[in-house]
Amino acid sequence: MYRYDKYDQSIVDARVEEFRDQARRRLAGQLTDDQFKPLRLKNGLYLQLHAYMLRVAIPYGTLDGRQMRMLGHIARKYDRGYGHFTTRQNVQYNWIKLEQAADILADLATVEMHAIQTSGESIRNLSSDQYAGAAADEVCDPRPWAELIRQATTFHPEFSYLPRKFKIAVTAADEDRAAIRLHDIGLKLVKNAAGELGFEVYIGGGMGRTPFVAPLIRDFLPADDLFSYIEAALRVWNRNGRRDNIHKQRIKILVHDLGQEEFTRQVEAEWQHILQNGTNVPREEFDRIAAYFAPPPFETGLSDEIDRSDPDFAVWLDQNVKAHKAPGYAIVNISLKPVGGIPGDATAEQIELMADLAERYSFDELRVTHAQNIVLPHVRKADLHTLWQTLDAAGLATANLDLISDIIACPGLDYCSLANARSIPVAQKIATRFADLGRQRELGELKLKISGCINACGHHHAGHIGILGVDKKGTENYQLLLGGSGAEDASLGKITGPGFNEDGIVDAVERVTDKYLELRDEGERFLDTYRRVGFDPFKEAIYG
Amino acid sequence: MGDPLRFRDDDPAEEPAVTLDAFLDRANSSAVRLEAGEDARALLPHLDHITLIEIDFPRFRDGRGYSSAQILREAGYKGELRATGDVLVDQIDHMRRCGFDGFAPYAPIDPAVLEASLNRYQYRYQTAADGAVPVWKLRHG
Repeated sequence: MYRYDKYDQSIVDARVEEFRDQARRRLAGQLTDDQFKPLRLKNGLYLQLHAYMLRVAIPYGTLDGRQMRMLGHIARKYDRGYGHFTTRQNVQYNWIKLEQAADILADLATVEMHAIQTSGESIRNLSSDQYAGAAADEVCDPRPWAELIRQATTFHPEFSYLPRKFKIAVTAADEDRAAIRLHDIGLKLVKNAAGELGFEVYIGGGMGRTPFVAPLIRDFLPADDLFSYIEAALRVWNRNGRRDNIHKQRIKILVHDLGQEEFTRQVEAEWQHILQNGTNVPREEFDRIAAYFAPPPFETGLSDEIDRSDPDFAVWLDQNVKAHKAPGYAIVNISLKPVGGIPGDATAEQIELMADLAERYSFDELRVTHAQNIVLPHVRKADLHTLWQTLDAAGLATANLDLISDIIACPGLDYCSLANARSIPVAQKIATRFADLGRQRELGELKLKISGCINACGHHHAGHIGILGVDKKGTENYQLLLGGSGAEDASLGKITGPGFNEDGIVDAVERVTDKYLELRDEGERFLDTYRRVGFDPFKEAIYG
Repeated sequence: MGDPLRFRDDDPAEEPAVTLDAFLDRANSSAVRLEAGEDARALLPHLDHITLIEIDFPRFRDGRGYSSAQILREAGYKGELRATGDVLVDQIDHMRRCGFDGFAPYAPIDPAVLEASLNRYQYRYQTAADGAVPVWKLRHG
């Protein structure tokens, strides 16, 4: 994985000192909170209901054991012993003191980490496929491009005060594990007929209160032109995006208002202009970055045999372990969704254990997934049973990947100052209702996603089953959505009808899953059945 | 003692900046003011006889002026580019990178904070209008 050189380190170190000075001026009263807010937000520091929350960047979700251990250290020293992994493959701490924020950034900088542009109206941390470099189905590892774009968009002076936040995702496989079409820019690496690498460029997707699945703006962008094309799209939006209504300022609204054709025309024209400025990062620099992502030294001649005689291990193996491109290796998913737990939370001890396990079993690499789980990407099949035993002893072997209890949930009204309703208790009640693993496995792949407000941080639009918490005359109310997907078959869920209270929504989910079991054909996932039979049978099952 | 918020050696323009509409009507003025939503490209045919372009920032969060500045510098504009309005000290470094070389903020700027800010970053990741050599070039000699 990528390592900083003196330039990267100098920039991150300077940022720590810049933020330390800004925090000092705020604490001394030289900056108003209104003036300080965009400065702290450019560094991932939010003021939440009870305390400051710090979001730390994990670029494209990749980190090593040393970095993971630092995340555990921060949880213990500056927080209440927990880290919360997020849908942008980042980590958040919910109990931060402003006086200590710069010290945390200084600690992070010692392991080549930062909180730059993890919030605010900026180009956010890039997300990517959590199986990058390990997946059997990828064209090539997308992360060198992600790192190139990370650097090129860090402190980009022209795009310092964009109309709104801006999120980019990069993948290289047909199976979309990064929800690229629900991003401001989604990039998919492809090869053209001549065998050259390039990108399919999707622009204008997003969730929030006005969700869109991004249209394809360019079907083949030569890979070397990636940055200039992103700059062109950003400039068109920065100049022409709305600035009068915070809810209508994302690039998706501009794409929608101009229409795909006119937006594309403007971006292409701007791109022709920008190409003359020489802002593309040259191939030799790409090659320098790509060298850091060379495959680890996989052993050859390993057996693919796995002893399945332990039944609990076999269940975990079938559910949480995925195919690797190297013979004798596997991809291990560590679920952060134990029944009754908080989705995405891990204790400092669990974080440190995962760091140790990455060093011991996975070439010192971990990934964070947008579904709020952790991946050990390169594990020898021969080590799987021992690894599973260690995970199990630490409460990290829940065998529920992509099942109904593998819930994405935002922090909700328990923490977030924007939320209208709590998300965490609903996730806990649903996971408890469906706690029986045999029942979950019978239901099969079922992605359930919960947001505590219309901003959709919990991706409810993209859930096979989505839940949206709203405020209804002062009480928490939950709307149910069906049929969304963040994968390669991206679609937006449809609201079923009147909402429910906290217990009512759990019952409604169960009526939906019962109906699915009744209607499904052989081999169909819930989403497949829903798409085949349509909305009405489910609506009738829910409301009678 | 020169103006600490002016980063040029020549004398400031003497005539006041006129609105874009007035400028395009007469085209004999040498100083023009762009509001945040106005198209900087309208000035491109006239750049060789303009000595001052003011770009207004009605709110510090409104970043359209950064693109306006960058576009004007990319087109070869050599005169003064002055940021006016709600310009805060923490923004001036990026504004300098986009080609602004004069500042007329509503509120006073603390010179010590400004100096520290302008000297803080030794390296830059991108090319911009300030001529800084990006790290991708430094890395390869």
